[in-house]
Amino acid sequence: MAATVTSSATTGKTWDGGNEPMGASYGKMMMWFFIVSDALTFSGFLAAYGFSRFKFIETWPIADEVFNHFPFMHGVDAPMYYVAFMTFILIFSSVTMVLAVDAGHQLKKTKVAVYMALTIVGGFIFLGSQAWEWKNFIKGEYGAIETKGGAILQFVKQGENGSYERVKLADFAAHIETDRINNTRSHGIWFEDAAALPSFTVEEVAKGLEAHPEVLIRTEVIKDKHKTVLSREESLVRIKDAQYVVEGANLIRNEYGHKLFANFFFFITGFHGFHVFSGVMINIIIFLNVLLGTYERRKSYEMVEKVGLYWHFVDLVWVFVFTFFYLV
Amino acid sequence: MAHTHESNTKRIWTVFGLLSVITIVEVALGIVKPDFLFKTDLFKMHLLNWIFIILTVVKAYYIMWAFMHLEGEKANLRWSIVAPLVFLIIYLVFILLIEGNYVFDVFQGSQYKWIF
Repeated sequence: MAATVTSSATTGKTWDGGNEPMGASYGKMMMWFFIVSDALTFSGFLAAYGFSRFKFIETWPIADEVFNHFPFMHGVDAPMYYVAFMTFILIFSSVTMVLAVDAGHQLKKTKVAVYMALTIVGGFIFLGSQAWEWKNFIKGEYGAIETKGGAILQFVKQGENGSYERVKLADFAAHIETDRINNTRSHGIWFEDAAALPSFTVEEVAKGLEAHPEVLIRTEVIKDKHKTVLSREESLVRIKDAQYVVEGANLIRNEYGHKLFANFFFFITGFHGFHVFSGVMINIIIFLNVLLGTYERRKSYEMVEKVGLYWHFVDLVWVFVFTFFYLV
Repeated sequence: MAHTHESNTKRIWTVFGLLSVITIVEVALGIVKPDFLFKTDLFKMHLLNWIFIILTVVKAYYIMWAFMHLEGEKANLRWSIVAPLVFLIIYLVFILLIEGNYVFDVFQGSQYKWIF
């Protein structure tokens, strides 16, 4: 009994484990200490992200230009709204979780079950949203060129209001007949698939740039809060450095800018997403226990409180990920 | 259940309101990016970023104190959680950001060039 229930077992037995100097049961305290160590792990990741960003502060991608998709609004520039939605989902599922804990204190089984079910639904919505976010990130939208030095060159043209807008590779690249084929297991020279070929070759992009006088190259360098756009002459010189056509993002290169940007994005949001996933799974287990009446018989809903701590922690981490990936 | 059995629902909804308002303010600032905040620098970061970071810490405080119920725990449990986090995170971030900035300065100002 004492192992699962909080301080009601505090009987003043100093040496037999009955004493709880911190006023919390063993399980709850260990959940807290796990959270402390996990929080330090995330801090390490985010601090490493900060380090790399400060190291390449002049060329780091601008988040608003990367994360600007919203469901059913294709082609509309909508920075921030989608992550704001995800943040609300997570905060709200935190609220339902804390309401479940609150109902647990009053031993109201049905209420606990309903609130936990809502929390689980919130968790699934968040996971789905993150999958969609990853899909957009991996697919990319405009495409870019990587130079021999490893820099990313993007393409822009002057819009009607004078500001530069991005141009897709598909909108200007020339078509040159080639005999390049995508090597797959079925007709490769070895038993493995080659990396998928990009839609265009470097030559096609270079030729397309020459043929379209309105298209200019935008470099990664930030001046006065904007990425630098090269003049027409400079663009034609710079395209000679081109080595790869980059479409979307993977762990090796991405069309948004510095390689580390995508690596940190995948790693940190992925690690967080994995925490959300485990949280949902643990929530489901505890939810089933609530339904079975385990805690009703135990006369204590402390397990709900413990899993609640973990769930709030996941929300807490997202608050920081949201700030450092999307806002700052 | 060291604390009382009375319901805290009112407090929970108040905190939810606060967190929502803070998030809305953050998103609005992030979309509008007022020039006087965005283009004024303080310690290598523009004021807007400082505002975001401070608001984030405020949000973290409310999540930990209200949702994770640290405000109802004994002071020694509370501090054995918060003190190591605050100390270690500030220490880590301080060292890494200073170092990152130094590496940037080396790339920027010395004969070693980041050729990309």
